[in-house]
Amino acid sequence: MSTTVLRAPDRDPAWLGRVFWISALLVLLWPLGVATEFKPWVLVEPRNLKVTAQFLGGFWPLTLNAEFMGLVLRETWRTVAMATAGLTLALVVAIPFTLLSNRVLSISALVGPMARGPAWLRQGVRWFLVFLRSIPELVWALVFVRVVGLGPTAGVLAIALTYGGMLGKVYGEILESGETHTTQNLLRNGSGRLQAFFYGLLPTNAAELTSYTVYRWECAIRSSVVLGFVGAGGLGQQMDNSMKMFNGGEVATLLLVFIALVALADQVSAWLRKALG
Amino acid sequence: MKIDLQALSARHPAARVGAVPAIRLIDLQIASGEQVAVIGPSGAGKTTLLQVLACALTPTAGSLQLDEVAPWRLSRRALQRLRGQLFLAPQVPPLPPRQRVVTAVLAARLPAMGLLASLRSLFYPNDIPGAFDALDRFDLAEKLFERVDRLSGGERQRVGLARALLAPAKLWLIDEPLSALDPTRSRQAIDTLLGSARERGVTLVATLHQVDVALAHFPRVIGLRDGEVAFDLPAEQVTRERLAALYDQFEHELRGEVTPIPENNVTTPQPVVMHCR
Amino acid sequence: MSAPTKPQAANEVYRLPPSLFHGRCKACWFLAGLLVLIVASFWSLDLQWAQFFSGEAARSMGRFLAEFFPPDTSPEFVSRVAQGAWETLAMSALGTLIAAVVGLALALPASRLHEGDAAWGRAPTRLLLNALRSIPELVWAALLLISAGLGPFAGTLALALHTSGVLGRLFAEAIENAPTGPGAALRVQGLGAGRVFLFATLPQVLPQLMSYTLYRWENNIRAAAILGVVGAGGLGQLLSFHMGLFQMNKTATVLAAMLLLVGLVDAMSNLSRRLLTR
Repeated sequence: MSTTVLRAPDRDPAWLGRVFWISALLVLLWPLGVATEFKPWVLVEPRNLKVTAQFLGGFWPLTLNAEFMGLVLRETWRTVAMATAGLTLALVVAIPFTLLSNRVLSISALVGPMARGPAWLRQGVRWFLVFLRSIPELVWALVFVRVVGLGPTAGVLAIALTYGGMLGKVYGEILESGETHTTQNLLRNGSGRLQAFFYGLLPTNAAELTSYTVYRWECAIRSSVVLGFVGAGGLGQQMDNSMKMFNGGEVATLLLVFIALVALADQVSAWLRKALG
Repeated sequence: MKIDLQALSARHPAARVGAVPAIRLIDLQIASGEQVAVIGPSGAGKTTLLQVLACALTPTAGSLQLDEVAPWRLSRRALQRLRGQLFLAPQVPPLPPRQRVVTAVLAARLPAMGLLASLRSLFYPNDIPGAFDALDRFDLAEKLFERVDRLSGGERQRVGLARALLAPAKLWLIDEPLSALDPTRSRQAIDTLLGSARERGVTLVATLHQVDVALAHFPRVIGLRDGEVAFDLPAEQVTRERLAALYDQFEHELRGEVTPIPENNVTTPQPVVMHCR
Repeated sequence: MSAPTKPQAANEVYRLPPSLFHGRCKACWFLAGLLVLIVASFWSLDLQWAQFFSGEAARSMGRFLAEFFPPDTSPEFVSRVAQGAWETLAMSALGTLIAAVVGLALALPASRLHEGDAAWGRAPTRLLLNALRSIPELVWAALLLISAGLGPFAGTLALALHTSGVLGRLFAEAIENAPTGPGAALRVQGLGAGRVFLFATLPQVLPQLMSYTLYRWENNIRAAAILGVVGAGGLGQLLSFHMGLFQMNKTATVLAAMLLLVGLVDAMSNLSRRLLTR
């Protein structure tokens, strides 16, 4: 038994805090709803309901005739090809910038802090990679469609630039957070930077680098479908066309093919990552 | 609550089919309102026995009767109601780390609360004085509104025991109540548990490694070894020879050198890179 | 003395390493397949390299980029961009919030709450969650425009649907990986699955769930910014409108606003996550 007699508290001290935060959240919901024109009853307005029912009704039966399926398969291949080509170019963009921005390969940093010039160069390259990453690939695609016209070129370039920035940043993080002792030892003993990279950094981190690249390839497939909506071809463009023509059967087939494609890419990517890592 | 075990055998939940049962051919009768201590070396099956009594484990052979009712023959709803009348305090206190002590302690009373009252209690604890009194008997009253993960191991164990005082149970099954407590606190905890059990006429079954405490405080002591009852005697009749035979080849436990239970570490959650940006 | 046919080594005969490319090496087949895929991709796409790298294209690209500067900073346009930014922010916030609620509701049937839980709904719910998250937000927005009309409502719903799939799966995994001690103790006392979840599982996983939700908000602000390109309101709609009219200096302002908004939400999300998991 305690020696001093304590009185039981009669109020929960956390109560006021909880009431405050919950009220603040509820109060904030109102302007958010107004700004987004959140009117769920619009969905069940008779006019919209009729259009929705018509569209959804068109989903069954799926359009499965040979000509359309041939088109779908061609466009699926184009989507995959766009993603692969875009990612390859992204690697071409990312690798030199990763090497340039990598602090582990700094020779001036072997003895004390990095020299000014190289430090600024590395930081500048990083900012450039962040810039490449920050602009959504859709915006890049819109710009390139103006320059090179409709078609997969715009999509491939958009993916190349955005993913180049992403890959560059993540490769840089992987290389710097891995084991750097080997590479620094090689540099100290006088090997060139590229030699140190190929004999030190790359073998140490190869598994993680490939794993991430394979994961990004899967994301690139989704991106290339999205880019199809602004004219870059592939499944996305076909879906846009079919939706504009209100052809529910075609849209349903395309959606199912897309979900299957993503699931397949997911499996392939997981299998590859397991086999490599 | 009256307990009646006849030739009961039970297997550890993770054991292979065909493995030796953890407890074998146990014959045990405990009258309502008795206080019993179960002692024995590690691996004797003490925890398994408590789990069988708590209807958390189905026996593989023999019969179990609680208040002359066979629990595993009841309908699911009746079994749930029966479970509400017993209380199991496991060795590792079952307290969610970020929950406050008041809510964790009051959770023991949930079987007696309706759904609406339970939900209300989540937002505002419905019996602060009750929780305060229960904790005060273990000298923890000032920790009422603290978070569980800010308590020490011994304090958490006492909170786990304080839950028993609030449970609407007629049978208390306590597994190693004193493992993290120093001698003063151990004495206080045992006094409180036994005192409350006697006041309410609750049947108390506790497993203990502290043989001296068991012999000093409990009127009846059961010794388990290798899954079988070695002796079942009033405390005065337990001789040193019997203890030595019970703890043969486990003398370090008899002397009080027990390995401490590991505390589960609280890890901070990190978001996983599972998106495509 | 008879000449030995081969000099005998004192130790085990050593093996030369296999040649670089041979039938047994899985990595070699993988690399070969990869090269085939890459070459086939480039070849089948008929990319307009000449058009992109020609001098003409470089000049037109240069002229095009020059039109971005100076960005239009007139007060009435900036206020319109600010309005669009607020709409985008609201879309992302409300969409993520709805997705957290729906995701939690779907995560319950999609997870095995304890060993011995039959979890009949697990497989179909996981299938639903996968379908929701496979379809990108833009495709959802294009689909929802049919029912919800043009404007940010379709965008909010699109974000909510896609993010429900993502958060539902993350929440289900967090629930399945939660420590089982507290839940088991309450189940022994005879409580039903609902109350066991509320009093034992949810308090343990709540910080993780909130962390995932805030992390998704960072992702969703980027998605919300571009949903407008298909007509779902916000900065994206302004962007595609002015780009369509070739008003590049206005487009530059919108792009700058997008970058600022993304940076702001990133900072807020990081701060909130650090405060909540203290």
